[in-house]
This record gives sequence, C-alpha cells and structure tokens, in this order.
Amino acid sequence: MKKCNPQMTGALVLLAACLTAPVSAAVEDTVSVKTMADALHLVMDSDRTVYTRLIVNRLAAQEKVIKASEHFKDDKALVLPAQMFRFGAEMVAKRSEKLPDVNFSYSLQSMWPVNKQNAPKTQAEKEGLKYVADNKGENYYTTETLGGQKYFTAVYADTGVAPVCVACHNAHPDSPRKDFKIGDVMGGVVIRIPLKS
Amino acid sequence: MAGPNRAAFWAVWFITSLALIGWFSWELLGADDKTLFMPGPLADGHHQLADDCGVCHTDPLGGGEVLQEACIDCHGWERIKPLDSHPRGKFQDPRNAERLVNIDALHCVTCHTEHRPEITLADGLTQPRDLCFHCHKEIAEERPSHAGMDFMSCKNSGCHNFHDNRALYTDFLIKHLDEPATRKAALLPQRQLAQLLPELADYPHDRYPLQALSASVADAAAGHLGDAQLQRDWLETAHARSGVNCSACHQPLDDTGARQSWTDHPDQTACAQCHSTEVQAFGRGRHGMRLAAGLSPMTTDKSRLPMQSGVEGKQLGCTSCHAAHRFDTVTAAAESCLGCHADDHSLAWKDSPHGKLWQKQQAGDAPAGSGVSCAGCHLPREEQDVNDWMSRIVVQHNQSAVHSPNSKMIRPACLHCHGLEFSLDALADPELISRNFTGQPAGHVETMALAKKEQQRREEKREDQGHGDTSMFGF
Repeated sequence: MKKCNPQMTGALVLLAACLTAPVSAAVEDTVSVKTMADALHLVMDSDRTVYTRLIVNRLAAQEKVIKASEHFKDDKALVLPAQMFRFGAEMVAKRSEKLPDVNFSYSLQSMWPVNKQNAPKTQAEKEGLKYVADNKGENYYTTETLGGQKYFTAVYADTGVAPVCVACHNAHPDSPRKDFKIGDVMGGVVIRIPLKS
Repeated sequence: MAGPNRAAFWAVWFITSLALIGWFSWELLGADDKTLFMPGPLADGHHQLADDCGVCHTDPLGGGEVLQEACIDCHGWERIKPLDSHPRGKFQDPRNAERLVNIDALHCVTCHTEHRPEITLADGLTQPRDLCFHCHKEIAEERPSHAGMDFMSCKNSGCHNFHDNRALYTDFLIKHLDEPATRKAALLPQRQLAQLLPELADYPHDRYPLQALSASVADAAAGHLGDAQLQRDWLETAHARSGVNCSACHQPLDDTGARQSWTDHPDQTACAQCHSTEVQAFGRGRHGMRLAAGLSPMTTDKSRLPMQSGVEGKQLGCTSCHAAHRFDTVTAAAESCLGCHADDHSLAWKDSPHGKLWQKQQAGDAPAGSGVSCAGCHLPREEQDVNDWMSRIVVQHNQSAVHSPNSKMIRPACLHCHGLEFSLDALADPELISRNFTGQPAGHVETMALAKKEQQRREEKREDQGHGDTSMFGF
C-alpha cells in the first residue's frame, strides 16, 4: 500500500465498510490503522501548530519576552517546538509500555535536519519524506518490518507554520538548507503502529 | 567390588549427595548470605550490597528484565533528560531497532556488567569500547574538527560522557570560552532551606510550626532531657529556632499521625520528616545505599578506600557526620569526612588552596562561600527541583552523584570559582587531584580549542548566509 491516493483510499474504505456492514454491528466500532494514524496525526499537528504559533512565535519573535533554545533549562528558555514534539513522543513510548493494547510510536524527521539523528533512516522514511515533500497535501502509507516486527507506517508533511520555524532553520549553523519559506514542507511526522503478523 | 562394599559405597554417595543438595538448597533459599554463589566480586559502586544479592536479583528466577528494574530502581532518577543525554526513551522508537542490534541501549546491563572485575574500568564500570561508533560514525561530517579522531578517545577526560554530558556539550563549551582560571567573585552558593521554609508546601508546618523554643519548653520524655551541654547544643541550632522540639526527632509521628514511643537514637526516618530531599539523596550514595536497601548501615570497615585507624566499624547514618543535637554543618562539611577518609586527596586538603580558604572563612577573614570544604565539591550545593513548582539550593547528599566521571562535578562545584577550561585541565590531572589541587594542571585538554574552532565555523556560516537577528534563539 504505497503512495495512496487519499480519495481512492477513502472510496476503498467506504466500499469495504459497505461490504462488511451487514456482518456485524461491531464493525462500526472498529477503527482501521490508517484512520487511527490519521486521527493521531491530526491531534499532534494541531497541538504542534498551537505551541509554535501561540507560545514560541508569540513570545520569542513577536513580543520578545523569552528565547527559545535547545538548552532550555540552562538558558531558561522555551522548549523548541521540535523538542516539545519529541518529549511527547518519548513520554508516550514510556507510558504505552504498560498499555500493550495502545501501541504506537511517532517521530519528527526531515531530509534537511538540524540534528542529524532526525534524518530518515529506514527505506519507508526516506520514500515517505520525499513523497510528502513532492506531493503537497498528500500523505504516505506503507508497511515495513523493523527488528522482526511488522508496522503500518504513515508519513505526514510537516510544514513551516510560523516565522520562527523558517527563521531558525534558515539561520542555524547546522541546518543543511537555508531557503525555507512559510508554508514549505520542512519535514515529516512518521507514525508507526505495530501489526499482528 | 564385593557386594557389601558396593552397598556401603552407594550409601555414602547417597548420603553425601543428599547432604550437599540440602546444604546448597539452604544456602540458596534459606540463608541470608548468598555470597557462595557470587560469580565474581562486585564493582566499587555495589560492593557494599554484597551480603544481600536480593537487592538486585529481586527474583531468583528472573532474567534481564528483573535486573533492569533493579538498576532503574536506584539509578532511574538520573536516567532522564536533562541529566542523561541518552535516556532510554531515545531508543524506544522502532526506527532505532537496527541500532539496538549493535548496542541494546534499552538495557543497562548491555554496557554495565557486574561481577566482572577483569573488564571493569577504573571508574568502576564496564563499557563497550566501540560504544559511540555505531551511531556517530559520521561525526566528522557534522563536526569537521573531529576528523581522524579515534573512537576509543571519545570518553577521554574532558571530552564526552554518554549519560551526564551537561558540562561538555558544544553550546555549553562555547558559552564558557575564554574564562579566567579563577573568577574574581569566587563564591559557592548558600543553602536556602531556612530562607524558603515558610514557602515549602511539603514541610510539616502543622507538626512543627515555625517558632523559637526555649529550654523551659523542651519536651523530652522523663529522664531523657540530657545534660546541660546537650540542651545548650540543641538551643543553639536552627532546630530550636524553628520549633523542632525533642519529641520531633525522638518521638516522630508514625504513618497514622500517632506519636511513637521515645527512642534515644533516632534514625534517618526521623530526619526525613523535614529533610526528605537530603535523606533520599543520601540513600542513593555509597554512604546511605545500604540503609535505603533496608540493610544495616554502611560501616567504615566495608569501604574499599583508605580509612583512618581507630574508626573501624563506625556506622554511617545522618548523625555520623551531623553530630546529634549540635548538627553542626561546618563540622559535617570537612572534619566529619576527614575523621574517616585517609586517602592522599583527603589528607592533602588541609594544606591545599581549598583547605586554606576554608580555614580563612571559618576564622572570619573571608566571606561566606569563599572557603572550599570537602562538601563544597563532593556534596555540592546545587539548585534542585524539590517539587513540580519550586527549586531551591540543596546540599546534594548523594556524594556519588558528582564523583565519576569527575566532570559531573564541574557544573555544581568547579564553575562557581573557576573557568571551564581550567576545570577541565585540573580534573584531567590525577596527580593534581591527589595533591588536592595544590599546584597547576600538568596538561591541557583539547576540548576548549575544539569549541573555539566550532564557534568560528558557526560564525563563518552565519556570515555566509547573511542571516541577521537570531537573538530569539539559543544559538
């Protein structure tokens, strides 16, 4: 399931729902992995946008009352939006260890990462990040096997939503790309949901 | 072998086997001391617990997960950001599955194996030599200054710590470039408990309201009031000035709030009523880890370090250093340490620059904070989050927290008085440490020179790109 057209996928899901609806009402209570990933991303992306615009951009760039820094503790500064996202992902990983039925992971990556550890590593990540950058507005879905475990993997575009996004990435000495504009795809969110093989 | 002899042989064999099985079974399942089964001596950080395998091996049939839980039970507090640059959460993402094949960073025992003195390093840990390579093999592309460096040198003094790297990360080094060896205002921070006490929500204000107490209201049980000296000692302390009466320590409240019967020798649980942060930290260090594990107190004869003669068997609890009733923090900061420790570094303190400054301060010839006691470095005063909404300067009572690698001491201790470059050089010189920093560092570590290069590289890149105001960011 690669490079899905969202409309086609939607039609397929609708078709599958119509075909299976008479079997049991329980089907209505079942959420597909794709829908689950889409819903998770909607929450992540909204929270991320709110934090970036209302906290970091407002306080650091507009009102200039506080800095935003990777070393937020030492610099007594705001947590960077990318760190906010990662800390949430790490907390989810820790908390979901005790919730085996609620198992997923997510990360923020980029083909132009400031921190090289956030560059795509797996084939799915590489293809997915390129796909969402080249096909604005579309997502990328696939399956992959990592460490012997099969995953449903979804990649969503991560765009520059505020001046601070592009200002920081364009100016950072470790940034490999310096020509971002607001609205550009600057990276991607990768969500993985383990599948029963 | 004739019939009767053969029968006798088998009878002896059977009885001997039965006896051996019984003995081993008792040693394994019944006896408290299981050192018979220990595969090898424990490392310096754990040897105090050698008489109770169950502290780590909580389930005799458990495997790696049981040991992992035991590690985290004691060390988990420092395995989180920002204390740890490589917390477990960093490796839980499935995208790191390939990396985990090389180094399973989710489990402590991957790197730190116990009972293996033949591969244990000088700092008391085992560690794979190729640790950094698997994830950072392209470091030269990211940091051109590191091109050609041997991956075996990553851990060299003044370079990198896998866990606590807070004094060694690039931006921190750049921020501390070109500092003098000794600062003009070289002062250690002051404690804040008394100052902030009214604001501390977790202090038992209801039990011990802040008020000055006099000898006439001392509430010792009948026959336990003690002599005049003892009463004078108490009256001169912050305890008497803060409403902490005899019963507060000698008859602490139990979990139900009921006053317990009188004890002449309160233990650390009595202190923890008001000093829980300090007592908890004490239990994480080598002095208090036995008490925290529910064992008898650590004693001087169990130490692997050189000790003064005449202190054999001395037990370690709160009052070992903070003598009861006086609770003199000046004595606790140096004299108490030197009452037991007799290694070269300790013995050299009194005549060292640090020791002389301490004596000058105590004589009233130098301001508070200018003297450097043993505690000044080994039990440093550091700002800690004491709850979710408040931080204060606390004496770090886990003296192991800043001990190894010694660069962990830079932020809470050295930097108050010295520049970072001088601190790195000093801590990399074992001879200088042995002389308790009497003299100058013999060598020079390259770290700050590399940071300078990195600073220049960044400035050149910024100029190339023509980017203006980056003051809103931390770089």
